[in-house]
Amino acid sequence: MLTDSPAPDTHVIAVAVNGVDYRRTVGSRLLLSDFLRHDLLLAGTHVGCEHGVCGACTVIFDGVAVRSCLMLAAQADGHAITTVEGLAPGPDELHPLQAAMRECHGLQCGYCTPGVLMTMKAFLDETPAPDEAQIREALSGNLCRCTGYQHIVEAVQLAAAQLRKSSP
Amino acid sequence: MKPAPFKYIVARSIAQALALKAEYGGDAHFLAGGQSLVPTLNFRLTQPAVLIDINPLIECAGLKNSVSETVLIGALTRYGKLERDPAIAKNLPLVHEALPHIAHPQIRNRGTIGGNLAHADPASEMPAIVLALAGRLRAQSRTAERWIAAADFFAGALSTTLEPDEMLMDVELPVARPRSGSSFMEVSRRRGDFALIGVACTVELDAEGNCVQAAVALCNAGETPILAVDAGRSLLGRPLDAAAIDQAAALIQTAIDPGGSIHASKDFQRHLAGVLTKRALTAANERVQRAH
Repeated sequence: MLTDSPAPDTHVIAVAVNGVDYRRTVGSRLLLSDFLRHDLLLAGTHVGCEHGVCGACTVIFDGVAVRSCLMLAAQADGHAITTVEGLAPGPDELHPLQAAMRECHGLQCGYCTPGVLMTMKAFLDETPAPDEAQIREALSGNLCRCTGYQHIVEAVQLAAAQLRKSSP
Repeated sequence: MKPAPFKYIVARSIAQALALKAEYGGDAHFLAGGQSLVPTLNFRLTQPAVLIDINPLIECAGLKNSVSETVLIGALTRYGKLERDPAIAKNLPLVHEALPHIAHPQIRNRGTIGGNLAHADPASEMPAIVLALAGRLRAQSRTAERWIAAADFFAGALSTTLEPDEMLMDVELPVARPRSGSSFMEVSRRRGDFALIGVACTVELDAEGNCVQAAVALCNAGETPILAVDAGRSLLGRPLDAAAIDQAAALIQTAIDPGGSIHASKDFQRHLAGVLTKRALTAANERVQRAH
């Protein structure tokens, strides 16, 4: 430890979350997951294991799915993040992935769902017509203790079909 | 499950990163992808006084190929980039084959090849692969730079021969040669988990079908990634038939001293090392044959 460490080390960050610009002062050891939940009050991002195993805290960071518990809030300075709150197009509308999860019973307790949704959002952006093996591979970093994954896979297949239909 | 306090400094240039490391030495860690470091911070297994964030140093990321025999990969290159790069699939088939085994997609989107190697987890895939490929690593300090052979890089579990003021800059790996073949295989409990045992191998045959180069490296078979030198040597000068491959697998089984865990006893790990060595060498040999 630094013997001369005075006040807690803080940093001013500017970050765009779901299209909204925020400017906040954060401690250096604040995790991005806790920043989203406690500072921005976007509690849709769930925190499961806090060591990168469960995937519940997955967000989209500069276009790719990452674990928010394995990043520091200070690292988000100057970057763009999408959380599950930014997925639906409007307050009374669901994203096709969310609608498909409801339709296919892709969740029970729902704890893993935000991470699953954000992982699958980034996956379908890159792989619009996935086969089942690709979906299971892409889901491998998200633990679900309820569903046995079958219904999640079906939901992703349905959402992929819907998204393909709606995109020109 | 929250990190202990530390001072966070963003490096805006390589010179600044090296100056900071020279100043703080072992009290500071570089923060690259953070996919191994941040979990250890969260568990407080690591409590560095200073984190030097090198993520803005984009000049340290990407493929910097200059000669045709080797691929030079910047240490800050993320696994997700390597996975999607057709040049890796073409020139480094062993790396390409192993990438999907390295953790999960979200981890690969952040994790870097340099951070992974400098973390030096013996159960990790890439350390064994750079050993099997006889790669070289470029380290730089404020005052000097040097190349380190992969075989001289791993000093122990989570420990390398990097000096406290050095930063890992580049990873140089040889392009797959015409009459060569490679294979990576591992057994893990779940997709993306650390391997119970993993095997990376490369072989090269001459025009008569005799082996002129062979390397077998293992992950999670000891305190460091293991290059099975005797097994590799035993394959030279002969065709890679079942007898030669069985002998190499037996040599590996006696040479390694895996740690064992609640998921796999030492005996089971040794068994896996033998089975995977046979399968990987057979696959690598078939790939040479198929290509010619």
